[in-house]
Amino acid sequence: MFKDNPLNKVLYIDLSKKRFHTEYRDDLFGKHIGGAGVAIQLLREECPEGIDPFSPENPIIFAVGPLTGLFPVASKTVAMFKSPHTGNLGESHAGGRSAISIRMAGYGAIVIKGASERPCYLAIHGNKVFFRDASSLWGMGKSITAGRIIRANEPSSGLRTIMRIGRAGEKLIPFACVTTETYRHFGRLGLGAVFGSKKLKAVVVSGKRSLPVSDMPDYMKLYDEIFNAATSSPVMKKYHDIGTPVNILPLNMSGGLPTRNLRANIFEDAEKISGERLAEGHLGKRLACAHCPVGCIHIAALREPYKDEPYFYKTTMICYDYELIYAVGSMLGGSDTEGMLKLIDSIEAYGLDCISTGVILAWATEAQEKGLISEKETNGLKLQWGYYPAYLDAVRLMVEQHNDFYEALSKGVEHVSSIYGGQDFALAFGKNEMPGYHTGPACQIGHLIGSRHSHLDMAGYALDKKLMVDKNLSPADLASELLGEERWRQVLSSLVICFFAREVYKPDVVVDALRIAGLDTSEDELKKIGEKIHAEKYIFKLREGFSFDTLRIPKRIFETPASTGMLDEQYVRKAIEYIKNDILDKINLESR
Amino acid sequence: MRLEVIDTEKCVGCQSCMFACTRIHKEAGLSKTCIAVKSAGGIQRGFMTVVCRACEDPPCARACPEDALIIRKSGGVLLKAEKCNGCGLCVNACILSAVFWDDESNKPLICRHCGYCAKYCPYTVIEFQKGDDAEQEVENV
Repeated sequence: MFKDNPLNKVLYIDLSKKRFHTEYRDDLFGKHIGGAGVAIQLLREECPEGIDPFSPENPIIFAVGPLTGLFPVASKTVAMFKSPHTGNLGESHAGGRSAISIRMAGYGAIVIKGASERPCYLAIHGNKVFFRDASSLWGMGKSITAGRIIRANEPSSGLRTIMRIGRAGEKLIPFACVTTETYRHFGRLGLGAVFGSKKLKAVVVSGKRSLPVSDMPDYMKLYDEIFNAATSSPVMKKYHDIGTPVNILPLNMSGGLPTRNLRANIFEDAEKISGERLAEGHLGKRLACAHCPVGCIHIAALREPYKDEPYFYKTTMICYDYELIYAVGSMLGGSDTEGMLKLIDSIEAYGLDCISTGVILAWATEAQEKGLISEKETNGLKLQWGYYPAYLDAVRLMVEQHNDFYEALSKGVEHVSSIYGGQDFALAFGKNEMPGYHTGPACQIGHLIGSRHSHLDMAGYALDKKLMVDKNLSPADLASELLGEERWRQVLSSLVICFFAREVYKPDVVVDALRIAGLDTSEDELKKIGEKIHAEKYIFKLREGFSFDTLRIPKRIFETPASTGMLDEQYVRKAIEYIKNDILDKINLESR
Repeated sequence: MRLEVIDTEKCVGCQSCMFACTRIHKEAGLSKTCIAVKSAGGIQRGFMTVVCRACEDPPCARACPEDALIIRKSGGVLLKAEKCNGCGLCVNACILSAVFWDDESNKPLICRHCGYCAKYCPYTVIEFQKGDDAEQEVENV
């Protein structure tokens, strides 16, 4: 328990009644750390069983952690909600200034329920909460314009976060994202659509305050140690220099870069879309999340002439990351970086999840090639690998939900393939489109049964690397390593530490940092909390209908070799069986 | 001896300087920070660094009715907190918006040019330039 700590304060907002109140939840923070640990508790308290994700009762929960604002790189906000995309646990993390602003405003968590009658946005400045009219912002073409207007209307520049949705969120596209500080996202699982269902255009949070520490000299010392480790570690340097796209070439080299809807695992043009090449040709700026010295965010400057008017140019600043290049680059067989950047920019403007969008376009391209859909469905578009003008049109038609086909497409590959066929190459796991790794069984198992439905759940790709060397790792051993990693990651995401800094925040460092933040704990204790949080998430998932036994595994992943070679379905199923039993055992222990 | 803004184009917006400033004031968080990093009209346009530039003839000191702002030899001011009545005229006088406000003490926060923040700037956006004996001056106040 954190004594007399602003972290304990939870802000509850009701959009239906336009009311708010705060509660001191010292029963939650500490015991469940913060971040993901606290968010799953709040979700279980606030989200009634079996509700429609678009009903006003679906809560949006934002939570930060005890180290946020105290130490570097504890800079993520955890969002939890019931996902409209999967109909199950929705968990999404974002950086930007979101975490710092929530903590500096004096809260550990914010719970938003109800739905507004008219479009609105919330402005939370310290202990004041304003319900602002957003009717004039609704329906705007670009999410960036809405951000610009809110910026001009609200105080505390530099000390605030502006989390907002675009047209996709307003139109309830179930994989719409929430964008914060222009370039960071609560990307996956459709938080943007939940905002949209509440007629909530944006949430602004600002604040500036002191935080308690148990020992000032020790704090200053440990701060320097963590800061120095963060700025000098090789991993951090890697992300600082080229950014996450530094992974394109090594993944391609190992045969793990999904290409053309995973018909191939190697992209012959990978070099052209590599982080190195993008830096050379387009890198215009680098940015960081608040209180993270690393600066992994890479922004391309794209200069384009206007076709109809000579000497008229526009320069657009477009954020690119590994996942985006995979989704709308290799997955679409595209090597024209300008086309790719334009597509990323358009996806950004609509406020869609770029990973899902890319995988959906890849499915549609293959479906058209195979004749499952024709130009009648696509409204005359001929989707071809690497041809960006058609993809740009397709995204627009999808957001507009132009006809039955595009409406089905806007619900994801699981849904569209259940109508038009092509399930075998519909690359979704638990209805969520595949992230950018085909490194081996560990990675795919992670996509299937990671509690957050993210490639970041279990770090399967790291384990696949091990598998490439040690071919004899049994399904049980693999499963147990994956679970161990995911359980420790529950601790990290409860501390809201960016996973890039996981090597800096080793268990002993975490224990020291928490002591300074006001919590005495031990490495063993933390590991137990991690296990508990993991089990709590699964209790929620099972309650909402998740089943280990009905998981659809897209055939395609067994047809295209991965970095580790061809995947063996029996091996994957055995490992999942092991994980299932382990999780169910833990849940039984918890409920006893 | 003063803090110099070298190149804001290199600023990534990590705000490590802002957190450092509060730490050197023996607090954690952002309550005491005398330096601000904010976007220059949206993050796609980059950042600006707002901090006292140690004016030779500081308007904030001229605006102070209580003579609570003492002019430093090397430019800028030091606050004599016991003299300050919290009127806030110094804030209005600074067109750089580099006079910040401490809600907890109800007094201004102005950079003392100690250079601590510059140690935490990984990209040399800000730099501490040593000159005379002003360090002693800081300690005296």
